[in-house]
Amino acid sequence: MPEIAVWLIIAAPLAAAVFNGLVIRPLFGPVSRVAFDATAGSIAISFILSLWALYAVWTDQEVVLPLHEIIRVDEFSLRIGLLLDGLTAIMLVVVTSVSLLVQIYSHGYMRDDASYVRYYTFMALFTAAMLTLVLANNLILLFVGWELVGLCSYLLIGFWFTRPSATAAAKKAFIITRFGDLFFLLAILGIFLSWPDDTPVTFALSDPNASMDLLSAGGTALTGTALTLICLGIMAGAAGKSAQFPLHTWLPDAMEGPTPVSALIHAATMVAAGVFLVARFLPLFEEAETARTIVALIGGFTVVFAASMGLVMNDIKRVLAYSTVSQLGYMFLALGLGALGPALFHLFNHAFFKALLFLGSGSVNHATGTFDMRLMGGLRRVMPWTYGVFLIGSLSLAGIPPFSGFWSKDEILGVAWSYGGSLGTILFLLAFVGAFMTAAYIFRALFMTFHGQYRGGEAQEAHDSADAHETHDEGHGSTPHESPWVMVIPMAILAVLAIASWFINFPATHWFTDLLKPLGAHVEEIQVVPAAIGLVAGLAGIGVATALYRGGKTSAPSISRPLAPITNLLTRKYYMDELYENLFVGKVLYGWMWRFLAWFDSDKGVVDRAVNTLGLFGRNVGKGIRVVENGQLQMSITVLSIGAVIIVAAYIVWGGVG
Amino acid sequence: MDALALQHYLLLSAGLFAVGLVGVLAKRNVVVILMSIELMLNGVNVALVAFSRYSPVDELAGHIFAIFIITVAAAEVAIGLAILLTIFARRNTVDAAEINLLK
Repeated sequence: MPEIAVWLIIAAPLAAAVFNGLVIRPLFGPVSRVAFDATAGSIAISFILSLWALYAVWTDQEVVLPLHEIIRVDEFSLRIGLLLDGLTAIMLVVVTSVSLLVQIYSHGYMRDDASYVRYYTFMALFTAAMLTLVLANNLILLFVGWELVGLCSYLLIGFWFTRPSATAAAKKAFIITRFGDLFFLLAILGIFLSWPDDTPVTFALSDPNASMDLLSAGGTALTGTALTLICLGIMAGAAGKSAQFPLHTWLPDAMEGPTPVSALIHAATMVAAGVFLVARFLPLFEEAETARTIVALIGGFTVVFAASMGLVMNDIKRVLAYSTVSQLGYMFLALGLGALGPALFHLFNHAFFKALLFLGSGSVNHATGTFDMRLMGGLRRVMPWTYGVFLIGSLSLAGIPPFSGFWSKDEILGVAWSYGGSLGTILFLLAFVGAFMTAAYIFRALFMTFHGQYRGGEAQEAHDSADAHETHDEGHGSTPHESPWVMVIPMAILAVLAIASWFINFPATHWFTDLLKPLGAHVEEIQVVPAAIGLVAGLAGIGVATALYRGGKTSAPSISRPLAPITNLLTRKYYMDELYENLFVGKVLYGWMWRFLAWFDSDKGVVDRAVNTLGLFGRNVGKGIRVVENGQLQMSITVLSIGAVIIVAAYIVWGGVG
Repeated sequence: MDALALQHYLLLSAGLFAVGLVGVLAKRNVVVILMSIELMLNGVNVALVAFSRYSPVDELAGHIFAIFIITVAAAEVAIGLAILLTIFARRNTVDAAEINLLK
C-alpha cells in the first residue's frame, strides 16, 4: 500500500473540514447541504482506504512506512510518520465505518439545525484528528491527535452553546480530560528524561532504522520506577479520555451534545482512544507489573461503579453514558491482565452496538422531544424499526448469544477466570456483577422507553415543570412517529454489525486475533464455565428488569423503597460531583490555591511587592543621580578630571611605570 | 643647551595645563573658560614639541601635531564664540552656572 494512500486517510476528512469551514460556510451559508456531501464523501474515501489498509495488513502482516524528519536539534531528531499494523487497521475500520454511518444519520437528525455546516465541519475535523491519533508513528504526533479529539469533543458537547448546561458540560469535559492529559504529557517528558544517554532519544513508536524505538524500549532503555511512573502517566491520560474512575464524571454530562456526537465520539471512538493508547503501549506495561495491575483494578472497579449508577438514571442517554464507562472498564480490565485480543475485540464490538444504542436513543428523542424515559413508553408500536434495532443493541450489550457482545465479554470473563490468584478472582467477580447490572439497566431502559403506554413526551415535559431541569429539548415534534429512512438505514446497518461483527473472530478462524498476533495477542479458547456464568448473569439481569419494569412501569418501589439509602447514593452519583465541586474546586482550588495565588499577587505578597520594590529602587537611584546630573558643565568636567587623575594615578602606582 | 633638559619643558607644560584646568573649572564667565581651554591646549603643545625635540630619532610628528592643534583651536574658538554669542542673545548671560541646558 503506497504511503500517500495512508496519508490520504487523514487528509480527506481534514480537507473536508477546511472546505466546510472556510468555503461552504462563508459562501453558501450555515445550512448548506453541501457540507454533508463533503464530510460524508471524504469519510467514505477514508473508509475505503481503511479497508485497503486492513487488507494490506492482513496479507502482508507488516506495512513499513518511512519516517520524515521535521525537527533536528543536535543529536535529537523528531521524525514523524504513520504506523500501520493490526491494531491501527482495526481502529481505522471502526472509526471510519461508525463515522460514516453517523454522518448519514446526522443528515436526518440535524436537518433543522441552524448550524448545520458548523456541525459537519467539527465532525470532519474530529474524524481527521481521530485518524491521526490511531495512525501516528510518533508519540508527539499521537499527542497532537489526542489533543485535537479533545478539542473537537469540547466543541461538539458545547455545540448548542446558547444552553448554559451545554457550555458547562463542555468545559467540564475539557478540563477533566485535560487533567488526565497533564499526566500523559508528564509521561512523555519522563520518557525524554529517563532515556539512556548513549542512544539518541526517539519518540517514534516503531522505527526499523533506529537502534531502539519506543515500543521495544520497555525493560531495556526504560526500567524500574521510571518505567512504572511513565506507564501510570499514560494510564492517567487514558483514564481521562476513556472516563475511567476517578475521572469519569465528565462523560454523563457530555450527553448535552447532539446525540449523533454522543454515538460517534462518546461511545465508539474518542472514549476508546484511552483503550487504544494503553493497548499501543502494552509492551511497556508488560514490563511494569504495578502499573498493569492498577490498570486492571481501575477497569474492574469502574465496571461495577458505573454500571450501578446506570441502574437508577432516568435519562436514556445517561444510562447509555454510564454503560459506556462500564464497558470501557471491561477493556481496561482485560488490558491490565495483558489480554490485548479480548480488549480490542470488545472495543470493536462495543463500537457498533453502543453507537447503535445511541442512535436509537436519538431516534426516540426525534420522536418524543425528550430524553426522559419517564415520559416515554409504548414507543414499540409507533417506532417498530427503532424498537427492533434497540432490542438488538440491548441483547448485544447484555451479552446474550449469538449477539456480538456475548463473544467479547465472554473472552474477557475467560481471561479473568484463567488468570487466577486473588487479582483474577476479584476481577472476575467485578466483571460478573457488572454483567448482571449491564443486562438489568439496559432492559430497564428498554421497558421504560418502548413498553407500556405513551406518557406524553415533550408536551408532558413542558407541562410538568418539576422536571424542567432535566430536560433536553432539541426542538423536535411531540407526536411520536418513526424516524426518516436516512436515520433508520444507518441504524439497521449497525444492527447487522451488532449481530454479526463477532464473525471477524469466529472461533474456528480467529482472523481478528491473527491481525494482532505480531503485537503479542494469542488465541483465547472459549471457556465454557466463565461463559456460562456470564450468560447466567446476563439472563438474571434481564429477568430482574422484566419482573420490575414490565408493562411500562417507571419505578420499582418494591426494590427502591427498602434500599432507599443505596438508591439515593446511586441517584446522586456517589456524590462524586459534589466531592469535586466542594472539595477540589471549593476547598483546594478556591480555598488554598487561589488564596495563595491572590496573596502571592497582592501588595503584601510577592509579585506586587517585587514590582513596587523595583519601582522604588528606580526612583531612589534617580533621586541620587539627579544631584550630580544637574546640567552644570563645570560639575561634569570636574568629575571627568578627577576620574582622569585617579586613572593616571592608579596607572603610575600599580602600572609599574618607573 | 644642557641647562634646559626635557623635564623643564614638561614642568612648564604641566603648569600651563594646570592653570588652564583651574580656569575651566573655577571661572564662571564662559569667555574666560574658552581662554583657559586655549591655555590647556598650549600646555599640551609645549609638551609635544619638547618630546619631539628631545626624541632620539629625528621626528617631526610632534611639531606637526602642534601646528594642527593650533589650527583646530582657532576653529574651535571661532565656533565657541559664535555659540556663546547666540546663547547671550537668547538668555542674556555668559555665566556657565546658568547655562544648564543639559539638565
